[in-house]
Amino acid sequence: MASETIPITVEFTGGLEMLFADQRKHSLSVPAKDERGQAVTVGWLVHYLCVEVMKDPRKEMFVLDGHVRPGILVLINDADWELEGEASYALQARDNILFVSTLHGG
Amino acid sequence: MAPALCAICKVSRALIIRPKNHQKLCKACFIAVFEAEIHHTITSTSLFSPGDRIAIGASGGKDSTVLASVLKTLNERYNYGLDLVLLSIDEGIKGYRDDSLETVKRNAVQYDMPLKIVGYAELYGWTMDQVVETIGKKGNCTYCGVFRRQALDRGAKMLGIKHVVTGHNADDVAETILMNLLRGDLPRLARSTSIVTGDETSEVRRSKPLKYAYEKEIVLYAHHKKLDYFSTECIYSPEAFRGSARSLIKNLERVRPSAILDVVRSGEDMARLVPEEVTGVSHCKSQKTSLSSADGEDQGAGGCGTNGRNSGGEMAEMEKKLQQDEEAAGREIDISALSNNANGQRHDRIETKPEPRKAAKKDVGRKLVRQTLGTCRRCGYMSSQEICKACMLLEGLNKNRPNMQIEVDGEEESSSLRKGMGEMALAAG
Ligand SMILES: [Zn+2]
Ligand SMILES: [Zn+2]
Repeated sequence: MASETIPITVEFTGGLEMLFADQRKHSLSVPAKDERGQAVTVGWLVHYLCVEVMKDPRKEMFVLDGHVRPGILVLINDADWELEGEASYALQARDNILFVSTLHGG
Repeated sequence: MAPALCAICKVSRALIIRPKNHQKLCKACFIAVFEAEIHHTITSTSLFSPGDRIAIGASGGKDSTVLASVLKTLNERYNYGLDLVLLSIDEGIKGYRDDSLETVKRNAVQYDMPLKIVGYAELYGWTMDQVVETIGKKGNCTYCGVFRRQALDRGAKMLGIKHVVTGHNADDVAETILMNLLRGDLPRLARSTSIVTGDETSEVRRSKPLKYAYEKEIVLYAHHKKLDYFSTECIYSPEAFRGSARSLIKNLERVRPSAILDVVRSGEDMARLVPEEVTGVSHCKSQKTSLSSADGEDQGAGGCGTNGRNSGGEMAEMEKKLQQDEEAAGREIDISALSNNANGQRHDRIETKPEPRKAAKKDVGRKLVRQTLGTCRRCGYMSSQEICKACMLLEGLNKNRPNMQIEVDGEEESSSLRKGMGEMALAAG
């Protein structure tokens, strides 16, 4: 019943991959609905990544005060997430969600 | 949500929202606008002349990679007539610089530019790994920063090039302005706002063509153009990632994206209010040389990261200084306090002896002339002091070098040091 999932791709670049086992591309299967039965959003995904995927203890380098750390860009299918409703964007099958850090040495 | 259309071509789907004005643009229009703005910065400030040979300070990171890519594009599109060369510094940090140098080597092929790599080992007889082995991790960024500043200029001189461009972006400039504002260091604040340091009379000029470019747009440009860049944190400064003025800038940007350019503009306006004899920067392009390139304090020398980005450690140091200043409260911050700072040296206001105003002004003029002409007695590199900062640091290091090491490889290293310095002295002469 609650087992319906959607396939998505999550990518980390700009130095963020260091926090995710040096792996840039992650193919994930996420539940289609959250625990309250709502469609899962990017906001939900960020929390999920932090808890389920990220092994590095330095969580604050990815999420600060419950939000994606300022200086990390989020692109949904190559579009700035600000154009897509930011954290409230509902995930669709085969979405590509890219997190790019601007904070690392240039 | 229906996808937004590009505000310029009104055909393609908007993918980018510009921080400076919230304009929604498609990929192609964003790339075109980004390049057009850098072109405008370059032409409106008469940054280059046809036939100029330009060294691009290249770290393999996003900023310098975007700079190299954009300069190549603009040079071809608008016939700047520039001869572009990549110049990289090998600090000698295993597992950090090795990978980024590989990136620069690929960039050299991708952009069809010659690449020159100069190493700390060759210039100073010390790699950063050896420095850290000797002095520990604490404070190593200071060494790295002072060495890097000189190394870029020395590399340029080896190539016979008089103009080095660096990838400093609007976020970097805003960060430096804020830090200097918090320090109460108006002379350095003023210097850090100018797009060029040094002039025709300097051995090596420095400029920042990406001065008005948002870091966010630089990263997006690199992403959408699929540029090959490398991102990592220096293994000796893990703290650089957090707790810095950078966080302040990024938080401001989130609330009000235009804040970054607003800080840059404010810094420029403040710079115009600072007397020329205090900053050493000429407002009217006269004969006076900006001293900052000799002392390397305005950007880069203090911080770590490939860009000389101010690190968390720098921020902590700044806080300490601010606290010391508070303890010395009651003293009026006037021109005499600032004048002690005119040579661009890190200063400690507690040791500043208050001087009468008139005397201070005269003193500034005299100091400036001497510093402009000064070279280090040891290495011949331009310096406002008899012995330059790099040589001072080297002296301390060489004293601390473990005896074993001196016996084993001291000769080889000191000869490479002499060689490096001899070359520089020749180039300087
Ligand atoms: Zn367009
Ligand atoms: Zn010297």
